[in-house]
Amino acid sequence: MGIEGVGARVSRKEDKRFITGAGRYVDDMVVPGMKHAMFVRSPHAHAQIKKIDVKAAQAMPGVIGVLTGKELKADGIGNLICGWMIHSKDGSPMKMGAWSPLAVDKVRYVGDAVVVVVADTKAQARDAAEAVEITYKELKAVTDASKAMDKGAPQIHPEAENNLIFDWDLGNADETAAAFKKAAHVVKMDVINNRLVPNAMEPRAALGHYDKAEDHYTCWTTSQNPHVARLVMSAFYNVAPENKLRVIAPDVGGGFGSKIYIYPEEIVCLWASKKTGVPVKWVADRTESFLTDAHGRDHHTHAEMAFDKDHKILGFKVETKANLGAYMSLFSSATPTYLYATLLSGQYDIPAIHANVKAIYTNTAPVDAYRGAGRPEAAYLIERMMEVSARQFGVSPAELRRKNFIKSFPHQTPVIMCYDAGDFATSLDTAMKGADYAGFEKRREKAKKAGKLRGMGFSCYIEACGIAPSAAVGSLGAGVGLWESAEVRVNAVGTIEVLTGSHSHGQGHETTFAQLVAQRLSVPLDSISIVHGDTDKVQMGMGTYGSRSGAVGMSAIVKALDKVEAKAKKIAAHLMEADEADIVIENGALKVAGTDKNVPWFQMALAAYTAHNLPGGMEPGLKETAFYDPANFTFPAGCYICEVEIDPDTGQTDIVQFVAADDFGNIINPMIVEGQVHGGVTQGIGQAILEGANYDASGQLLTASYMDYTMPRAGDVPSYKLSTSNTPSPSNPLGIKGCGEAGAIGAPPAVINAITDAIGTENLTMPATPQKVWAAIRSAKH
Amino acid sequence: MYSVNYHRAASVADAAKLAKGDAKLVSGGMTLIPAMKTRLAAPSDLVDISRIDALKGIKVSGKTVTIGAATTHYEVATSDKLAKACPALSHLASMIGDPAVRHRGTIGGSIANNDPAADYPAAMLALGATIVTNKRQIAAEKFFKGLFETALKDGEIVTAVTFTAPAKAAYEKFRNPASRYAIVGVFVAKGADGVRVAVTGAGDDGVFRSRELETALAKQFDAAALTSAKVPARALMTDMHASADYRAHLIVVMARRAVAAANA
Amino acid sequence: MSEVSLTVNGRRVSASVEDRTLLVHFLREHVGLTGTHVGCDTSQCGACVVHVDGKAVKSCSMLAAQASGSDVMTIEGLANGGDLHPVQAAFKEHHGLQCGFCTPGMIMTTVDMIARHPEGLDEATVRAELEGNICRCTGYHNIVKAVLAASKTMSKASKGKAKKAA
Repeated sequence: MGIEGVGARVSRKEDKRFITGAGRYVDDMVVPGMKHAMFVRSPHAHAQIKKIDVKAAQAMPGVIGVLTGKELKADGIGNLICGWMIHSKDGSPMKMGAWSPLAVDKVRYVGDAVVVVVADTKAQARDAAEAVEITYKELKAVTDASKAMDKGAPQIHPEAENNLIFDWDLGNADETAAAFKKAAHVVKMDVINNRLVPNAMEPRAALGHYDKAEDHYTCWTTSQNPHVARLVMSAFYNVAPENKLRVIAPDVGGGFGSKIYIYPEEIVCLWASKKTGVPVKWVADRTESFLTDAHGRDHHTHAEMAFDKDHKILGFKVETKANLGAYMSLFSSATPTYLYATLLSGQYDIPAIHANVKAIYTNTAPVDAYRGAGRPEAAYLIERMMEVSARQFGVSPAELRRKNFIKSFPHQTPVIMCYDAGDFATSLDTAMKGADYAGFEKRREKAKKAGKLRGMGFSCYIEACGIAPSAAVGSLGAGVGLWESAEVRVNAVGTIEVLTGSHSHGQGHETTFAQLVAQRLSVPLDSISIVHGDTDKVQMGMGTYGSRSGAVGMSAIVKALDKVEAKAKKIAAHLMEADEADIVIENGALKVAGTDKNVPWFQMALAAYTAHNLPGGMEPGLKETAFYDPANFTFPAGCYICEVEIDPDTGQTDIVQFVAADDFGNIINPMIVEGQVHGGVTQGIGQAILEGANYDASGQLLTASYMDYTMPRAGDVPSYKLSTSNTPSPSNPLGIKGCGEAGAIGAPPAVINAITDAIGTENLTMPATPQKVWAAIRSAKH
Repeated sequence: MYSVNYHRAASVADAAKLAKGDAKLVSGGMTLIPAMKTRLAAPSDLVDISRIDALKGIKVSGKTVTIGAATTHYEVATSDKLAKACPALSHLASMIGDPAVRHRGTIGGSIANNDPAADYPAAMLALGATIVTNKRQIAAEKFFKGLFETALKDGEIVTAVTFTAPAKAAYEKFRNPASRYAIVGVFVAKGADGVRVAVTGAGDDGVFRSRELETALAKQFDAAALTSAKVPARALMTDMHASADYRAHLIVVMARRAVAAANA
Repeated sequence: MSEVSLTVNGRRVSASVEDRTLLVHFLREHVGLTGTHVGCDTSQCGACVVHVDGKAVKSCSMLAAQASGSDVMTIEGLANGGDLHPVQAAFKEHHGLQCGFCTPGMIMTTVDMIARHPEGLDEATVRAELEGNICRCTGYHNIVKAVLAASKTMSKASKGKAKKAA
């Protein structure tokens, strides 16, 4: 590697604008004549809309328009959809209820959008929104998925009887039952995976601009995948044909999944812009984000694991109720199915697995993929199960895991996935060494003398990234392909633009993608620009989520670079009258290997564009495109060890050390990879001890601001000890596995395993707040 | 935020004239402005008293400490004079909100607002402080009256607080993990007229004195005196972050730690 | 309406705005400085931190009218021409930012923190001082590193200056 190439700790190219206040986020965009939108939202979790009276609001100062769902429907705007078809075990398709961008007859959760007000200023729009009079007839609400199928529970959508969206199976029930018959030990657990609110620091925002003269729409939006937004808004929501709709996702302040989806607000801003004749901007306040951003997790699971007398796993049985909220968000059905149950083998050789997942409507915010998406739920379940089993058997949790690890690859699990590479024992050993496992009992004793409870917990997670190939996900129900595109444009002066369908909202693509190109074409990093986030510039792309931009997005760039390199070598060979097979690229030039003959890179580029002297039949120019569809998912894995110290007087948990030993395959920029792990682990610690969305029985969100929803702060987490030991992925040309979600997947079980180790009881749910830990200690004593 | 008329008062008298009807005084505004943003508070007028020099500053004369109402938490936390006279109060101020909040928030604002989870009311009560207004002097004991309620009348403005420096004092707080306000904050003070223990964040009627803990500590001002102490959960708040039982328990724990700190 | 006059990053600005206008909106919409962000409604996230008369404050919890007459510095005013402020440079060097949204507030808080701790900073102090700034991307690890590094650089620089002056 060079100082700027693959593997180097290059500081980020994009930082300059962010540290000087020159970043450009959607809320920073100003269009001449722009006005401001405010949504009138349902205060009820479940109610019929009897009457909407907008007269008083229309008369308020500054008001330009007050628009309702009826008008939206009349203009032919379509319902929001879920783009991944799941079939129940009886073969019937999932039961998707209608989701109108503005509710027409009924509201189904607190925050459901009903009316939009457009006014000169945001304050005026808010004033007028309060003057909209809506008469509701309140209905009984249900927020808990484990109760939503009970007799007498309110019916949320007519399409989904008993609020059941699908009842889906994976694995082999008979083989699993047979395995349990042979078992010497069966360990049973009920596990709740707590509901989380993603909380990207930039609230969602949209600016819709309809250009009457061109009959053309532009949408600036906080999106992780602007092309998918355009596709869906064109194909399903009938906003405008694709060639009449430009979607721009400029700088985006974090996503974590919540900005994958197409929400009502961007559709309404575009439609309202045409309707009112002015550009319309909407920016969520934090409470609106809490109420309406797609939430994450929210599983109730019963699981049983069968072991033989030597503690080898024989089978795993899982029943999960997944709360999907009031409407099916864009990829909501995939999260608790193909992103969850397919990972239930964990890092272990499990001969038989059977999982049943029921997806359920409730009167809560829609639930969809949030950092990790399904995989944290699987990892938490398996890794709690392993720790609790080890404690029940009286064996070391590390050794129980080691005994059951998958040791040879490829390994076909009973739940679809074929793991292609890994070395789980090495990660475990590395983490144990990093955490000074051997010295733990001494530290525990010392803490005890100081009146504190110390505990250590393990988590050996595996996840699946890349989400591909397209044909495979298509056969599983995906409504889109999951490839990626890249275009490499070499300019006439040799500088390079790379257009990518991936989208960076913190991941540092402008640096890592450029490192790849710099390495390959031997040009300076500064001569490379990464272009993304605009459907007018990049032809098509699938965006960034599922830790896919390295494995899939960069692989597409590699494919385009292959073509650029081949053509560049042909041109250079022609210019030097050499054989193209002898051309090598180094130190900014194309050289004839073993000689000092060379053509500088910029001269070759200029030759491509002057076209005065090109090989016969060659087209001028140097620009290549590739669409890359991977061969398989990738499988990042690792071992996390968490050590906690608990103050038994207050129940306060102090994370005294957190060690991560990951296997991410090949790494482009270790500094950026570490940053991803730091952030992911912190979100995982947040889930474990701080964060939880909490609805009361009537469906009011009690945790709707930072006054009640605990965000991890600097004082809540330690500095982390990280390391990687990497086995390259054989499924993509770069050997990359992905690192964006690992921390959030692997951390929660490590933390809870550590806390339960310290307090001596398993009776604890996430988030393990001081109050809960204190109560658990007290109940364990009694 | 609803529409509001802003006035900057030049003097206390000026402020008193302006503070009529639905007007509200604002100093740092660290509680009021966020409440107005969410439209939970809707004053017709805001009277800004933060730039009145007469309301600022910390005076220590012998054992008597006087702090102007518009003195910020930051100024209280970093005052050398106060650190000598009553370090417990400096410490308390250093734990309010965050650095940016401490730069704006004021002692007078905190006291006049009497948020049941605010820190200063506990200190005022435990220190036996006197709240000075433009009209009279009010004992802390009589000043705080339940949730967000005080003895202040219309047009009455807190101008300062004054108290006699205690022999020993300390404040310990257990924070709400989300809001970082006190779930339980306990201020203990040992002065000429005995031991006072005031609790914030926990009472369902706001800040209060714990007679149970005071009795135990009057006998022996030592953490050990609280080993078997109990505070009844009856009049304590329950919310999603802390049950009344948990709060009752934490009061004793925080009191123990505060006494230990006061003796250290 | 209020006539608000401020010095922002050394430049005099004035505008007539609704009394309810928050300082952050005045800066973003009337002065055109969009580096200061709004990330919450409850003055907790710190994305809006600017300096008013030399002290870090949350510009989402202060009316523009309250600030009138004051000297305001925003993230845009921190660098000296093309030279980054040492705190900006440290955030870049130590990868103390990812999406960049909380970054202006983090940096303004850090500059204030270092100024208040000329004796230097340790990790526990930095973490406690960051109480009012929330970041969702970095897990704070590299932010803490950047703050500590900047604090060192700046104390060296001020010692150097002091020597020269002596």
